[in-house]
Amino acid sequence: METMTHQHHADAHRDDTASKIGMWLFIFTEILLFGGLFIVYSVYRHMNPVAFHLAHEELSITMGFINTIILLVSSATVAISISAIQKNDRKLTLLMLGITLLLALTFLVNKYFEWGGKFEHGMYPGSELMKNLSNGDMLFFSLYFFMTGLHGVHIIVGMVLLGITLYKVKTGAVNSGRYALLENSGLYWHLVDLIWIFLFPLFYLIH
Amino acid sequence: MENEKHHIVPYLTHIMVLLGLIVLTVITVLITSVELGAYNTTAALIIASLKGAVVLLYFMHLKFDHKIYWVMVSIVIAIFAAVIMVTFFDYLYR
Repeated sequence: METMTHQHHADAHRDDTASKIGMWLFIFTEILLFGGLFIVYSVYRHMNPVAFHLAHEELSITMGFINTIILLVSSATVAISISAIQKNDRKLTLLMLGITLLLALTFLVNKYFEWGGKFEHGMYPGSELMKNLSNGDMLFFSLYFFMTGLHGVHIIVGMVLLGITLYKVKTGAVNSGRYALLENSGLYWHLVDLIWIFLFPLFYLIH
Repeated sequence: MENEKHHIVPYLTHIMVLLGLIVLTVITVLITSVELGAYNTTAALIIASLKGAVVLLYFMHLKFDHKIYWVMVSIVIAIFAAVIMVTFFDYLYR
């Protein structure tokens, strides 16, 4: 172990590179999870082109667009918070993380209204209306609810991670010499953004 | 890793990247509102991939970090692309 003196000051059991590689490995499983769902979507769309085209018109492009912008901005604020902690600017780090959490919450509120509108019209998984839809429509909406729902769960997990990080920045446990947690939570948040980048055109922008 | 210098990305870079991503999003929405037939989906997916690459390279620091991350991500994307290709050959030619 003597030859592997990576850290200048921290304890012997700390290895930021390893924890980052671990985070990336986890992210790969997430990419393949959503990737698999994207393939399922593509195949069913290939088999039901007309139904998918008509069904997507039920979704609001404006709502999807606003949520895309929200996630892009929140990704940028997380990225800035990492630069800020590297420059030992705790205030800016906290501010950026706070803004990120607020944006994440806004995203969820938008989703609530979006889904709520569908529910009001009797459109939700397992509803009578959905059972009576044609095969293609049913596939589209099932995939829509499942994939945006799974993505929404990821938003909540990301908020928990970023919330813990924010708290630890506040207490000083995460600081300019030790910010692997912030980097890894940040990676997770960017992944959530990355997935939405593909969800948005596939569900909202079919032509 | 000791000698792995910590590259601090300037704030301005993040802001510019964000603006670029927003412009690309606007372009996707505009492009898909024009009738281009099958090319609409192609265009939307190309732009989405471009945005994804920007997020990976800049926000997720692949451009600045140790190369090993870049290699790992490339391998995963290659595997995923291969699965897509196999699936599509299956469905198009069965």
